[in-house]
Amino acid sequence: MPAMHVRLGAFSAALVLAAALSTAASAQKKYDTGASDTEIKIGNIMPYSGPASAYGVIGKTEEAYFRKINAEGGINGRKINFITYDDTYSPPKTVEQARKLVESDEVLLIFNSLGTPPNTAIQKYMNSKKVPQLFVATGATKWNDPQNFPWTMGWQPNYQIESIIYAKYILKNHPNAKIAVLYQNDDYGKDYLKGFKDGLGAKAASMIAIEDSYEVSEPTIDSHIVKMKATGADIFFNITTPKFAAQAIKKNAEIGWKPLHFLNNVSASIGSVIKPAGFENAQDIISSQYFKDPTDAQWKNDKAMIGWNEFLDKYYPEANRADASVMYGYIVAQGLVHVLKACGDNLTRENIMKQAANIKEFEPAGLLPGIKVNTSASDFAPLSQLQLIRFKGEHWERFGEILSGDVGG
Amino acid sequence: MSAAEEVVAEGHQAVEAVPKRAMTLGTGTSLVVLAALLVVPMFVKNFIIFQMTMLLIYGLAVLALNILTGGSGQFSLGQSAFYAVGAYTSAVLMEHANVNYALTIPISAAICFGFGYLFGKPALRLSGVYLALATFALATAMPQLLKLNFLEHWTGGVQGLVVTKPDAPFGLPMSQDMWLYYFTLAVTIAIYIFSVNLLRSRSGRAFMAIRDNEIAASSMGVNVALYKTLAFGVSAGITGVAGSLGAIAVQFVAPDSYTITLAISLFLGMVVGGVGWLPGSFVGAAFIIFVPNMAESISKGLSGAVFGVLLFLVIYLVPHGARQVAVLGQQLVGKLRKN
Repeated sequence: MPAMHVRLGAFSAALVLAAALSTAASAQKKYDTGASDTEIKIGNIMPYSGPASAYGVIGKTEEAYFRKINAEGGINGRKINFITYDDTYSPPKTVEQARKLVESDEVLLIFNSLGTPPNTAIQKYMNSKKVPQLFVATGATKWNDPQNFPWTMGWQPNYQIESIIYAKYILKNHPNAKIAVLYQNDDYGKDYLKGFKDGLGAKAASMIAIEDSYEVSEPTIDSHIVKMKATGADIFFNITTPKFAAQAIKKNAEIGWKPLHFLNNVSASIGSVIKPAGFENAQDIISSQYFKDPTDAQWKNDKAMIGWNEFLDKYYPEANRADASVMYGYIVAQGLVHVLKACGDNLTRENIMKQAANIKEFEPAGLLPGIKVNTSASDFAPLSQLQLIRFKGEHWERFGEILSGDVGG
Repeated sequence: MSAAEEVVAEGHQAVEAVPKRAMTLGTGTSLVVLAALLVVPMFVKNFIIFQMTMLLIYGLAVLALNILTGGSGQFSLGQSAFYAVGAYTSAVLMEHANVNYALTIPISAAICFGFGYLFGKPALRLSGVYLALATFALATAMPQLLKLNFLEHWTGGVQGLVVTKPDAPFGLPMSQDMWLYYFTLAVTIAIYIFSVNLLRSRSGRAFMAIRDNEIAASSMGVNVALYKTLAFGVSAGITGVAGSLGAIAVQFVAPDSYTITLAISLFLGMVVGGVGWLPGSFVGAAFIIFVPNMAESISKGLSGAVFGVLLFLVIYLVPHGARQVAVLGQQLVGKLRKN
């Protein structure tokens, strides 16, 4: 027995020594929960089922992309462990899943959780826990609020930035126009409308002839279009989701109303909006874009697009390549990898936010030429540039320069 | 109508032998469960405590539906609407009027009781599946009503309202989650005891008489109209309390949280737990909280299908839900004792 004790003592002494040595050796390495020498745990919440399940593709693309990163050796030797849960787009479920990720799975951060109501539900929790809620997948403007929510950061150009860009264009080229605005009666529609009015500034009251809203539950918006035509407006700002956007384009042609038509980029998809509405009805519509439309023939031999296709062939062959969400997921996943690489061996939550707020002129593959990701301690809107596009023939043509308009929440 | 009544009647037959005790657990079992509920949170992570809190909250909501369906034989697919009213009542009072969270709960109960009672009045003329449809309409309408422009100042519209989580009072050394759990547990126990007593009382017997045979009940002098609306009111009131607690626990209310899916989940919880068996409500709540997570871990893309298969298995193997399992267990214990 005594021998046993001695051996145990020696063993524990060795352990203590080893522990001391390893801390000395890894003095440069700093970790928070969820990161180690071999692994980085990333949480994610997506609506894989429920009303918004079409967006679940984003989570699947990200998972595929991280598989690619891991197959290529990981990030500074660490593999990404991507844990993604379904919240069915229901905020209470989002809270449950976020708590599960943070408290039970112990992830380092939650990345690209989708939807405005779900993200609103967990924003306070994430900030009180000081766990990064990084690159949320929503276009709402309120995510750019580093003062009140230093642990939450947006990603894509937000709705207000986009409508400010249209407003600037109108003020410059059509200063005497009469504008009709149709918007969906929810946070998304109202966010766009606010940006548009802010962009027009003092002239908003005199230029906007009518602002009309519709409910998502309405079967058709035909009557709204007729009403707007009657005001004699010569510019139409169309803030609608894909189904309604196609209806509006069709109805415009039917009743012979030909205003200068601005279409929000939510509905700029050729496959789901323009084609069903008819190419001949959609000529000269103006919209905006920040990443390459994979269905657009002009990118066929583009280097980024070839890389994208190779990635999909190898890691996500069943993806629908006409789906813009696949491109979206591909780009934002590169954003996370960029931040994690920049963190080096200091994988603390604080450093993650510090690096995420210090992205300079980063160009993930898939963005339009000239568009770059930029953040700073006071700018939590990584993408804030867009390029105007005009529909010609059967595809969008880019025109003018890259435009930007940073706004905060 | 017939389909609905069949289910209730079928459920009823299994409990006929012991009508008074059939709706509850024995004293010994109740005490063991209570002790477990009191002790377990001290040894688990905050996340588990949160899940247990949600279990109690959904359990309350299922219990409310159980009183309505298992007790008085009426069907409702509109429980999510009452849940939403309760949640919003608490959220609005707490965030706009700075009312203490504990005080908002009786207020929610009262408002929802009134709402349910008033809704029950016209709905009285309907029975069985027709009533289920009328309440279904209520559930589909509710999220849209919450988005209405003139209410937006109070409800926050689609953006919803963020609710502040209460700290433990009197400086108790407890995390917010743990305090909220014990608070919810206290409310749950109070409501559970109230429900058991209600169903054993004169009113409860009237509910069950209506459930079993409306004409016979009325010819025995039961005021059918009064008791049917009363059952609706009580059920709505309890659902409202669950909604309030849910809003405080989740710290957020938004129209998207209270869609028809919630109503169907609660209904499902009731069936899985066993219609008319009150303790089963909490088993049902566990089913609707944990089984979707299990299904998701089996297959992400097919989580809905896996959930469907699991549900089908439960209904096929134990059509009377958790009650059947409990009865089987009891018989087994009885046999062992005899031996």
